Amino acid sequence: MDRPIRVLVAKPGLDGHDRGAKVIARALRDAGMEVIYTGLRQTPQQIVNAAIQEDVDVVALSILSGAHNTLLPKVVDLLKGEGADDILVIGGGVIPEDDIPFLKESGIAEVFTPGTPTTVTIDYIKNNVKRK
Amino acid sequence: MNLSERLLNGDKRAAARLISMVENKDPKAFEVLKKLYPKSGNAYVIGITGPPGAGKSTLTDKLAKALRNKGKKIGIIAVDPTSPFTGGSILGDRVRMSDLNTDPEVFIRSMGTRGHLGGLSEATQGAIKVLDIYGMDYIFIETVGVGQSEVDIVKTCDTTVMVMVPGLGDDIQAIKAGIMEIGDVFAVNKADRDGAKRTAREIDMMLDFNKADWRPPVELVVAIENKGIEELLQHIEEHKKYLRETGEFEARRIKNSKFEIIDLVQQKMMSVLLDKSNKEDMIDTLSKDVAMRNTDPYTASENVFKKVKMD
Amino acid sequence: MFDKEKLAEVKEKLETFDEKTQKSLEKRPERQEKFYTGSGDEVKRLYTPLDIEDLDYNRDLGFPGQYPYTRGAQSTMYRGRFWTMRMYAGFATAEESNKRYKYLLEQGQTGLSVAFDLPTQIGYDSDHALAEGEVGKVGVAIDSLADMEILFDGIPLDKVSTSMTINAPASVLLAMYIAVAEKQGVSQDKLRGTIQNDILKEYIARGTYIFPTEPSMRLITNIFEYCSENVPKWNTISISGYHIREAGSTAAQEVGFTIADGIAYVEAAIKAGLDVDKFAPRLSFFFNAHNDLLEEVAKFRAARRLWARIMKERFGAKDPKSMRLKFHTQTGGSTLTAQQPDNNIVRVAIQTLAAVLGGTQSLHTNSRDEALALPTEDSVRIALRTQQIVAYESGVTNTVDPLAGSYYIEAKTKEIEEKAMEYIKKIDELGGAPRAIDVGYIQQEIMDAAYDYQKDVETGKRIVVGMNKFQIDEEPPKELLKVDPAVGELQKEKLAKLRAERDNDAVKEKLEALRKACEGDDNVMPYIIDAVKAYATLGEVCGVMREVFGEYQQSVNL
Repeated sequence: MDRPIRVLVAKPGLDGHDRGAKVIARALRDAGMEVIYTGLRQTPQQIVNAAIQEDVDVVALSILSGAHNTLLPKVVDLLKGEGADDILVIGGGVIPEDDIPFLKESGIAEVFTPGTPTTVTIDYIKNNVKRK
Repeated sequence: MNLSERLLNGDKRAAARLISMVENKDPKAFEVLKKLYPKSGNAYVIGITGPPGAGKSTLTDKLAKALRNKGKKIGIIAVDPTSPFTGGSILGDRVRMSDLNTDPEVFIRSMGTRGHLGGLSEATQGAIKVLDIYGMDYIFIETVGVGQSEVDIVKTCDTTVMVMVPGLGDDIQAIKAGIMEIGDVFAVNKADRDGAKRTAREIDMMLDFNKADWRPPVELVVAIENKGIEELLQHIEEHKKYLRETGEFEARRIKNSKFEIIDLVQQKMMSVLLDKSNKEDMIDTLSKDVAMRNTDPYTASENVFKKVKMD
Repeated sequence: MFDKEKLAEVKEKLETFDEKTQKSLEKRPERQEKFYTGSGDEVKRLYTPLDIEDLDYNRDLGFPGQYPYTRGAQSTMYRGRFWTMRMYAGFATAEESNKRYKYLLEQGQTGLSVAFDLPTQIGYDSDHALAEGEVGKVGVAIDSLADMEILFDGIPLDKVSTSMTINAPASVLLAMYIAVAEKQGVSQDKLRGTIQNDILKEYIARGTYIFPTEPSMRLITNIFEYCSENVPKWNTISISGYHIREAGSTAAQEVGFTIADGIAYVEAAIKAGLDVDKFAPRLSFFFNAHNDLLEEVAKFRAARRLWARIMKERFGAKDPKSMRLKFHTQTGGSTLTAQQPDNNIVRVAIQTLAAVLGGTQSLHTNSRDEALALPTEDSVRIALRTQQIVAYESGVTNTVDPLAGSYYIEAKTKEIEEKAMEYIKKIDELGGAPRAIDVGYIQQEIMDAAYDYQKDVETGKRIVVGMNKFQIDEEPPKELLKVDPAVGELQKEKLAKLRAERDNDAVKEKLEALRKACEGDDNVMPYIIDAVKAYATLGEVCGVMREVFGEYQQSVNL
């Protein structure tokens, strides 16, 4: 693939802790990807609108507020509604292990918890992008 | 439904996908654009450019909102530099356009410069056509006003707005040569700051050397507070009217088409050249010979030119 | 401070020592070629009097409780009384949080610290669309005075001091607190506590802003003014470096950016016509404590000295209390690991020592499970016990500023002060903190430091025990605190009931009065107090202000 992978890095929910989102954005950039950053307080609808317009391969959601079980599946559902289920959706942040099975069932492909090296996330994206 | 039908039906995903294909130089995209080209040409294209930190995204956001209030459909293409080292980029212009994000009549697209040789204008021109056919009334192209390829983009807009801020100091001197000729309208943003009037005056003085019929207006704005936006829009509309009334509009579009054709031909020649000569390692071999003084660059280039038969 | 001849002798001997050591390094090299602090500054092998030869005891250190306060904010420090042990807590409903507060007070905690949920922090009621999934998650949901009454039920507000982590809507929560106290029969001049009220660091690092800079600064100065007249024992702001550090800054940036914010608040208040000595004594600070014990101690000392000098020299403060920097500390959340979470207890103990040796006035210790979820009661108790062990068993509290005079500590204190001052100068050149935030300078500096840190961890240049070294296979942790998802529905029901039962005409009238005050120049505090007393909700009050003031637009620099 000679085109860069396009990734939307988004922060759903109300928490303002964007260190993780920004660090991963920089790391993905340094791995040669095109990163579209949305800023704070994005509703699932806003995230999906951006994902569609930007025609991204990946939506990476960073959330630390504890509202992941509500907001993350909603992003997946709205993407499906737009016929965009070929977009890989991943999540990261303070997400308890117990919640991960539910999130995966809801269509979040992978969840990265605190302490995950950025290289792990980068490799995951490279290996799992659905569109070639 | 195929992509072109979907695009004509106002399918957002189709528009988005076509822009990607244009960016990736996918020949299928150009087939679609060939077919639909007659349906383009209706959108008015506004370039927004200026130095980093001038507040271009916020200004674009406010101009777009003002036009939305008048019922216009808006496309925005925000161009940000790609890292020359990693090929990656962070495109953050959407942050300042968050409210527009939920408006179904607005289409925002972020684009990295991707460092391709001149291919940036090919990509943006293609994206403009896609959004034009998709039915947008106004299309904004927002880009940093540095680097030839960025300047090339805004040169092809119907109206180009140069955004400046007070306190740039010597920068204004440094970039004036490049910018004065491409600005149709000037906005001094963050005009609540000290020195805004002086900056406006400096711009105005430089414009004295401009002998064209259209004298670019200079407007003080505070984009973040939505101040001066309507006035700026008014100037854009006046410029539009001027272009239409003087026949300058057609002249510009002809000039732009010429520019575009030449650019596309150049792209094509370049890719044929690289393709063919690479196969035979010709340029690499010749480069060594030139460096070793076995031959000279003039003869070498003539040899390449002779050997590569253009299609 | 040192005899010149003796110093020359030290210098000579140090050179010999260095030469000798250099030779032995060929046979036995050190563990690393270079050594760095937690913030990435190089550390020398040895510190000697030469490193502090410019130190003037009376000028640079002085005595505790006296200018420039390097050695401490009070004269007897912990010999007088320990710092306030203040655990930040709050989740779910006011009822649940009230129970946790009572438990903590029973366990020997000496002050309350209220955590609000995100909708509350951003001025939305629990039934707002954006509140979905967020109600009661990271703190307690407060929609109206009715919730606040429950939150402090059975807690006498004239006996406890209460810290509230609330910023953009700080005026509204303070108004509710005053109203609850009044119902308890406690007059506002008896209230002790702190509101965070630091909007600049929200723009920089924490993200729970609402209004643009200018009206936000007005709200803050309105609070300064109102409290100096009516709630004199209240700390009207907690100028916070904590979140700046959590966002990835270095120790010197934490001090520099925080004090630059402080300067902006002082300037705004002076510009609003307040006398510096009238409000400055009620300014307080909030810092982080990370793992590099000695660097952190130096940081706290540097911050005190720098603030004292700035208040005296730059703002011409006369009252020593205006120059005295008092601060709350929280141990570093970002230093905790999700891996082997019990190790976090040890990290928190080191950080507690740093805060105490640095002379903190109050302390929150993080719980071991905070990298995973909100802390359980057990984890919170261990964190509180950590403070108590340092207080009662470690002995470091028996004398004031025990590390003073250490060559390393004093050199480091000076270095951090100087580096912080450089940041402040740069910010001054950009036109002050609000402007520097607007152009993204501060955020960019922090982000660069954060990214460097991340790369150091990933390349193994920096070791985090249990995370990138000494890992084990472990079972996912159990028994994490879960907030009942029904909280959102519960709050919605409470709101519906409130809106049905209150005097809606009175609410409307008070909100209109508030709108007029916002549009004009009056101090808005009395209007907000009136509105909350009529049971106008937080979202309604903030809604009026949103309409008048507009909303802040984030500046992102990556």
